[in-house]
Amino acid sequence: MKSENAAQRIIQFAFIALAGGAWYWATAAGKISPLFLPRPESVWNAFNRLLTLGQFWPPVRITLLTIAQAYAIAALCGILAGYLVTRSKFATEAVEPIIAGLFTIPITLFFPMFILFFGIGTGSKIAYGAVYGFFPIALSAIAGLGHVDERYLRAAQTMGASRLETFRHVLLPYAFPVILTGLRIGFFICFASVLGGETLSSVSGVGRNIALAAELMEPARMYAWIAFVILTAVSLNMLVTALENHAARRAGRS
Amino acid sequence: MSAAADAPKSGFAMPRARAVKLTRWAIIAGAALFLEIYGRFFADPAFMQPVSAVLKALIHPILSDPRILQALGLTIFEIGAAYGLSIVFGSLIGVAIGSANLPRKSLYPVILLLYAIPQVSLMPLVVLIFGLGPAAKIFFGFSHGIFPIIVNTVSGMRNSNELFLRAAGSMGASRAQIIRHVLFPNMVPSFFVGLRLAMTLTLLGVILAELYVSTGGIGYFTRLYAESYNPAPLFALTGVLAAIALAFNGLVRIAERRLTPGLRAAPAVKTPKGNNPEGTAL
Repeated sequence: MKSENAAQRIIQFAFIALAGGAWYWATAAGKISPLFLPRPESVWNAFNRLLTLGQFWPPVRITLLTIAQAYAIAALCGILAGYLVTRSKFATEAVEPIIAGLFTIPITLFFPMFILFFGIGTGSKIAYGAVYGFFPIALSAIAGLGHVDERYLRAAQTMGASRLETFRHVLLPYAFPVILTGLRIGFFICFASVLGGETLSSVSGVGRNIALAAELMEPARMYAWIAFVILTAVSLNMLVTALENHAARRAGRS
Repeated sequence: MSAAADAPKSGFAMPRARAVKLTRWAIIAGAALFLEIYGRFFADPAFMQPVSAVLKALIHPILSDPRILQALGLTIFEIGAAYGLSIVFGSLIGVAIGSANLPRKSLYPVILLLYAIPQVSLMPLVVLIFGLGPAAKIFFGFSHGIFPIIVNTVSGMRNSNELFLRAAGSMGASRAQIIRHVLFPNMVPSFFVGLRLAMTLTLLGVILAELYVSTGGIGYFTRLYAESYNPAPLFALTGVLAAIALAFNGLVRIAERRLTPGLRAAPAVKTPKGNNPEGTAL
């Protein structure tokens, strides 16, 4: 078991080392034009230049604020919609397929409309991210809140629970794991769509800076931004996974 | 939810299902009517047009302009090519990784890590490398679509019941026979989940790249209409693209229903109340 684990680690490490080595070798030997793949050290230098020139934090701040606003709207509206739709079984059956069907259409299609309605400032990105994040959250809220065991609801009712109390003490705890999955998916969709919106059409933010660096043919700067985004997303993902594992282990123990 | 609870009212099952369906269409029709009235009497025509004007725009500039038709055809081709490449390479890599313990445990986390990368951030790079033509769009759709196929192929192979494998082994099945008769049929449902997700993501990738490259193709026309405050053809074009997306998703659904061993035996007609829980999975 131990040696097998070691073998896995070695293969993973070799894989990453191979990719890094290939990057170093290809750029040092001049096999690839630096326009497509700049040298690792020039990417590092470009990143440092962004930091020292103060060009790094303002776009990051704008993008993070946009994501936070978009996600807050998506989460609130998604859970509220899930709650309202699941108040009757009939409404659930009628409305759920509409939401699920809309979600199969890539909402990116409607991005030009967001630009038309909200302009090229942060407003259109907030709206776009909120709409994109709304669907997985609403669908999971419907799935979670719509399948609460009837007996619990009836028991709460018999014991004279108000609507708010029922929601707080019965519906929410019961549906929470399912909603949490939706919130997680919704967050990463929100994250990606805000960045995508900024790349497509914007005046500020991280996505805009990536596109701008590409347009100005400054690959080192573009790679520095891309590396920042990838590292942020991957570490966020690992953090969420670790939290989930921790919660699952605690739930398993108790 | 439970068959026992629904059994006594089976006599009402049909009307109820029909009522649900009618309500659903009524909601959609109501939304269209609202947009028509709002667009006609209240909205600024530079931002919003009634549904009837959008339908008129659909016939006149959109479906009668050969340049737009060509761009639409190219988009359909790009989606098909990207999806085909995703299926071929995704299933090959998936089978290679999932077939044995060591590659699965070591490389699967790497694949999951790559899957978690927000690929939009790579879009300018992809366009820089592949140019403004269809190659960039096909590649971007492919790089979006391949990951769910790999992931679901691997997890489908892993979920094969240990018991079946041991039974097949003790009955003297060869490795090829085990793959053909045990692993493969077991993998199919999960594989189709991957195919469905891959279609969603391929569409996303191709359309993102199409919108990003605004010098030609669909992106040129959407930008043209959006920036000249001409919403009717913009909505019509978006509607056509949405219809294309729905058609591609529908094709995957049909293939799934035809090819999945378990689903093939049970026609959907028998359970009118079932409103396809599979549909909720993203």
